Amino acid sequence: MSVAIQTIAELRGVTKIFGDVVAADSLDLAIGEGEFLSFLGPSGCGKTTALRMLAGFEKPTKGEVLLDGQVVNDLDAHRRPVNMVFQHYALFPHLSVSDNIAYGLRQQRPRIERKIISAKVEQALETVRLGGFGPRRIWEMSGGQQQRVALARAIVNEPKLLLLDEPMAALDRKLRKEMQIELQNLQRQLGITFVLVTHDQEEALSMSDRICVMEGGRIVQVGSPRELYDTPRSRYVAGFVGTSNFFDATVTDASPNHITVQMASGRQLHGTPEIPIDTGQAVCVSIRPEQIALTRAERAAEAALPVTIHNRIFLGEHTEYLARNEALGDFLVLVPRQAELNEGTFNAGEQAFVSWDEGALLILEK
Amino acid sequence: MRLYAVCVYLFLYAPIAIIALFSFNAGRHASQFTGFSAQWYGKALNNPFVMDALQTSLIAAFLTACFASVLGTMAAIALQGVTGWLRTLFDALIYIAIMIPGIVIGIATLIALVTVFGWLNPLVAALWPEGGTPPQFSMGMHTIVAAHTMFTMALVIIIVRARLSGMDRSLMEASADLFATPWGTFRQVTLPLIAPAILAGFLLSFTFSFDDFIIAFFVAGSETTLPIYIFSSIRRGVTPEINAIGTMVMAASLLLLVLAQVLLRRGAAKSAG
Repeated sequence: MSVAIQTIAELRGVTKIFGDVVAADSLDLAIGEGEFLSFLGPSGCGKTTALRMLAGFEKPTKGEVLLDGQVVNDLDAHRRPVNMVFQHYALFPHLSVSDNIAYGLRQQRPRIERKIISAKVEQALETVRLGGFGPRRIWEMSGGQQQRVALARAIVNEPKLLLLDEPMAALDRKLRKEMQIELQNLQRQLGITFVLVTHDQEEALSMSDRICVMEGGRIVQVGSPRELYDTPRSRYVAGFVGTSNFFDATVTDASPNHITVQMASGRQLHGTPEIPIDTGQAVCVSIRPEQIALTRAERAAEAALPVTIHNRIFLGEHTEYLARNEALGDFLVLVPRQAELNEGTFNAGEQAFVSWDEGALLILEK
Repeated sequence: MRLYAVCVYLFLYAPIAIIALFSFNAGRHASQFTGFSAQWYGKALNNPFVMDALQTSLIAAFLTACFASVLGTMAAIALQGVTGWLRTLFDALIYIAIMIPGIVIGIATLIALVTVFGWLNPLVAALWPEGGTPPQFSMGMHTIVAAHTMFTMALVIIIVRARLSGMDRSLMEASADLFATPWGTFRQVTLPLIAPAILAGFLLSFTFSFDDFIIAFFVAGSETTLPIYIFSSIRRGVTPEINAIGTMVMAASLLLLVLAQVLLRRGAAKSAG
């Protein structure tokens, strides 16, 4: 994992308003040189607007966009040392594969020598494993190949930032996995800063050094995939990064490192806060499905609740159970293969206990 | 239902087929087929009046097509940025230009031109330096081209605009992202992609101008286009020579129309692929 050392691009209080819609609301974010950063969120959360402001297709209504320490608000897209891989690739249908890739180089003034251009194009084709495809027409290429061409067309210019707008959206699942690994390798190999926009949490988690989670035009949380997964700040982030069980609760005791909450059922539970908490505050508690143990006998743990098994889905390396507690409701529990072999399979209707260890329960903003 | 359809097509196309058939008539009468011969084609092509009229028509059609495709393309591109009531107004004007009967355009253009020339000629004569002969504006080739350009331009606008709106906007953004200036984007991306539409518009304008009789009849002045020549010869009786000319014009027009269609189809397939 590359560590962000120097800031290459920055958003400072950037707001973008379209008509009466606030697409991006005072975004503050520094992007480090060489890092792989993802904007993650559902459609309409402002992630694409943020990307388009970095590319120069949209001007911020307020705030500043910086590239290499320079304010570039008024710099048009064609003057920015930034390249983009478009969602549907936007390859030029009237040009061959190599002419598409050479397009950016051919716009440079003073002109770059032909020999140098064709050498660079050849090298870019090799990098994306499309050697020999240069003379092909765009429509002769498959979806996956077209995406590689789009990638080659961008990286051949050695941009300061490579922007990727949902680049995998049009690919099937298997191809997407392959491309994710390839993109990650490519990023390490080239050392170019990648900024990815996606609504696919798996994609963001597997490729990024840092993820910037967005909601309704705002940045909700920025952090490494592990940080976001282990210590989400709000219910929204916890729900968007991985799956979780959520319950409403009220804080009854707010000691600095040990919080007691009272569930709607009246039961008291203990957890760790990721946010400043006051006594009496209404919060949301979260427990990840894989941190719950499902046992026949009551375990001496932080909390053990009696449940009835309702549903079982075999997923291979895991089995997913839906277990219902009378007072709290449904728990989604993910039991690893090994644990299941020890404890045996549970059938629907069976009585069992769910339990978790100290610190597994997260207390989040509602 | 089928019989009805057959009757309609017969009514539409039988006269044309008969003209084509009689153009190969050996005899000199248009109503009596006496034998097969291509002599009237030779006669028509050797008639200096026919060739003169053909030349006039070709020049007028070519100039019209040039002006219409350049101006029409420029208008279509400019109209992309126009919205609201102004857009509605322009759209209405474009369709009106196509739907107004040729005779109205012809008369209106004639009256307008006569009026303008009536004002302009004395004015220029008054301003012209002593001793020189001031130019006289009158009807002729330029007025035919102007009148034809006016309504064929509307066709080009519609064809090019359809192509533009079918174009992926992100292609223009990709070009800008790859450091192309706005002019560079237009030259390297927009123009090549709309070129089939422009060419199709050019061919259609050429055909419309070449075939037009009514408008040309009003504004041609002393010029004789091929349709005007045919009209005046018919008054002296229909000969197989006229049929031969008609058949040739029809064949050439059909060829151009088919070519325009092929270009549009291929262009659409290309941008979709």
